[in-house]
Amino acid sequence: MKIAVCIKRVPDTETRIRMGADAAAIDESGVKFVVNPYDEFAVEEALQRREKAGGGEVVVLALGPDAAQETIRGALAMGADRGVLLKADRVPADALAVAKALAAELKDGGWDLVLFGKMAVDDCNHAVGPMVAELLGLPCVTAISKLELEDGKGVAEREIEGGVEVVAFALPAVLTAEKGLNTPRYPALKGIMAAKKKPIESKPAALGEARVTVTALGLPPERKAGRILGEGADVVPELVRLLRTEAKVL
Amino acid sequence: MAPRFEGVDFYDVSALLSEEERAVRDTVRQWVDDRLLPVIGAHYLAGSFPRQLVPEMAELGFFGANLPEQYGCAGLNNVAYGLIMQELERGDSGVRSFASVQGALVMYPIHAFGSDDQKQKWLPAMASGEVIGCFGLTEPDYGSNPGGMITTAKETADGWVLNGAKMWITNGSTAKVAIIWAKTGALDDPGSIRGFIVPTDTAGFSAKDQQGKLSLRASDTSELVLQDVHVAKDALLPLSRGLKSPLSCLTQARYGIAWGAVGAAMGCYDEALRYAKQRVMFGRPIAAFQLQQQRLAEMLTEITKAQLLVLQLGRLKDLGKATPQRVSLAKRNNVDVACDVAREARRLLGANGILAEYTAMRHLANLESVYTYEGTHDMHTLILGEEITGISAFE
Amino acid sequence: MANVLAVTEQRGGALRKTSREVVWAARQLADAMGGTVDALVLGAPGVEATGFGLGGVGADRVLVAGDASFANYSPCGYAGTAAAVAKAGGYGAVLVSATAAGRDLAPRIAARLDAPLATDVTGVAFADGKVTATRPVYAGKAIQQLTLDAPLAVVSLRPNTFAPGAAAKVGAVSQVPAVTASRVTVREVKAAGQGKLDVAEATVVVSGGRGLKGPEHFALIEKLAQALGGAVGASRAVVDAGWRPHAEQVGQTGKTVSPQLYVAVGISGAIQHLAGMKTAKVIVAINKDKDAPIFQVADYGIVGDLFEIVPRLTEEVAKARAG
Repeated sequence: MKIAVCIKRVPDTETRIRMGADAAAIDESGVKFVVNPYDEFAVEEALQRREKAGGGEVVVLALGPDAAQETIRGALAMGADRGVLLKADRVPADALAVAKALAAELKDGGWDLVLFGKMAVDDCNHAVGPMVAELLGLPCVTAISKLELEDGKGVAEREIEGGVEVVAFALPAVLTAEKGLNTPRYPALKGIMAAKKKPIESKPAALGEARVTVTALGLPPERKAGRILGEGADVVPELVRLLRTEAKVL
Repeated sequence: MAPRFEGVDFYDVSALLSEEERAVRDTVRQWVDDRLLPVIGAHYLAGSFPRQLVPEMAELGFFGANLPEQYGCAGLNNVAYGLIMQELERGDSGVRSFASVQGALVMYPIHAFGSDDQKQKWLPAMASGEVIGCFGLTEPDYGSNPGGMITTAKETADGWVLNGAKMWITNGSTAKVAIIWAKTGALDDPGSIRGFIVPTDTAGFSAKDQQGKLSLRASDTSELVLQDVHVAKDALLPLSRGLKSPLSCLTQARYGIAWGAVGAAMGCYDEALRYAKQRVMFGRPIAAFQLQQQRLAEMLTEITKAQLLVLQLGRLKDLGKATPQRVSLAKRNNVDVACDVAREARRLLGANGILAEYTAMRHLANLESVYTYEGTHDMHTLILGEEITGISAFE
Repeated sequence: MANVLAVTEQRGGALRKTSREVVWAARQLADAMGGTVDALVLGAPGVEATGFGLGGVGADRVLVAGDASFANYSPCGYAGTAAAVAKAGGYGAVLVSATAAGRDLAPRIAARLDAPLATDVTGVAFADGKVTATRPVYAGKAIQQLTLDAPLAVVSLRPNTFAPGAAAKVGAVSQVPAVTASRVTVREVKAAGQGKLDVAEATVVVSGGRGLKGPEHFALIEKLAQALGGAVGASRAVVDAGWRPHAEQVGQTGKTVSPQLYVAVGISGAIQHLAGMKTAKVIVAINKDKDAPIFQVADYGIVGDLFEIVPRLTEEVAKARAG
């Protein structure tokens, strides 16, 4: 089975965000970068599918700066076979530009599956995966929490408001992973050592014009300070009164 | 949910590590946060070792991680091995002891002194966690003076017969195999000490857990009794010869402990700092008070020194230059400062610091054992003294 | 001068609440662009769009595409139809609500139209001949201002953010062809539980965390949610522990919600949880630890034993609503 997984290097979600000097991007000094958590589910799914198929290749792709090689290396340590870095000093805010660069690399790759995390935790766009599918003309199911594959066909489940959608499709397909699709494995220490010898090809990302630009990045408005009304159940009537008369939500 | 540990790295020691070393550290770090820390408090109180975690630890390659890949081990360098011990001990000294025993005191002697058959037979199974081992050197009356041991191994027609008793043996009651050090010659001849691989189900071998421990409670510590235990000829570790053999194993373990102590100190410091920033007294976080700041500054200073110390020791070890005396200096210093850091952290936490919900007091209690075992603090003092002056002051 | 196409969603033939927000936002944007608003309704044949009241929130025209495959959300069909309508011309923007379907749909439309996309925005405007958008990023720790530089832009709107007003327009209904070519088939939609209100759609959310000590105690949360007419939410810790389903998880790796009222019970307030709820209009926190970070974002807090406070609150709310 030939599987491509697209991953992204993102700031760790625990990081305190500070604005950079140009107020259009964050200050990256001291920021810890990790693999996008949703992408880990995609990598794990690829590894499991390769195992179930009794063989194949899992290739990890990332679009980003040179430092993204370390992110790719992490996926290789989990068990992926090789990596491809599409180099770009900055990942554009334009999801379609990113999708076009990835699609150009993935085209004619003979993939059975192309996997993504459902969204990146930095820009939270939820877009690149399905856009790549459209560009490649492939079936796509997003935010899948369950997957079954058999004989070149698949059935996936995705959570929607108030229920679960069950979607059928044929391979090759593009799927984006939701939390809970699987439990990503820790890279075994042996895997970390083996990853050193696995190839990562680096080439410039074929990025066209970016038509989405960030004109400003700032902190969200401070919530007005609230107050602790008191201790214990006896304060409850006062809370209800305030919710009615002051906050007007009751 | 406990916040994830982000490390303590005031001097950017991370930048001195390779990408793989960082990846190894981060994998163990995350595993400890996800799998060990949530359960260790309860195990400590119950006095039980979290056995259920052994398969995962094995699968990730924690056992004998610096031994060669051909035996199913991870083949890491010594800095990476140290980082594993650092992160495991940030979790718990008892769990790190398990890994130290398995890797440095059981797998290492088989690798260093064993025949090819023995290596093939035991090492892969130990790396995979299928076979747990223990190291039988210390005796009830011979701790700091292992050369005085009275366990004997007499040659027989088809093998050896062992008699004696060992004490304070980690993993003793659960091990499938014990590396027993015994005198094959006269009792006053430590040169006759040799190592034996003894299956623990051999007739005459018994192990019993020692009770009433107030330290290392999440670890099995046992007495071993050998009463006419017959083993085959191939139980002998052929290259073992004299006291130097078991001591070289201890040097491996002590190296890992020097790193482990740093991990425990880092964990205590991190917990104390987070607590100080959010615990409010007299209308301010206690981190605002001078005496607490002094505590934290002292802790960070000692941790930083200890980190740089073991990193250089690890680089020396990879060059084959980590002499036992160099390891003694690191074990002695790092465990001692870790004891201080844990104690000061416990004090900063106030009343909350006596609860198992916080890690400081568990670390504090554990580190007392770590101070004493693998060469007491005082013994390492004399090892250094002899090395520096050329004069032995042991007796 | 350009028009705005608002893509709506229906469920079982009824218009979803978020669609009124989208049409309303489209109205504001179209007024800035000097154009009109077309609301696109996709549903089963005979879907009765005249009753949707889309004119009342600003739609000049209502375009209806009916097909058997459109009864439920059908990714390729909806995207193909919307793209076909948009291509027919005259539009400066296509708006979609960032619901589960919308998050799937908007990128597909953008790719088919080769148009720039801004997702999950909290503000959309028109300046210097370009569509601009405001949106939270980095788990809500920062706010991004974007400019989309193309004649046509696609924008998805965060639900529960663009409260609709009244803008009486004609809303004349006409049929448009359904584009049904599809690479996937939605086989079925399994309903979650009888009438269980989804946490992302509710105006009131009551969330429980580890402080509840066990799954059996979530009955307290359910009762309070019921009394308030709201949905039940959960922290990541209790979802990971298996006490509650992932669909209820509020937070960075769960859902982002913006209700009128959010009640956090026994939740300490980790950054990742706050990311999912701190844009709620009013936040109430109940926790036994007065130093818990949740109190820093709460408008009103009560410190104490939730096992006493929550039942009392349920009681008092029921009284207030009855009286």
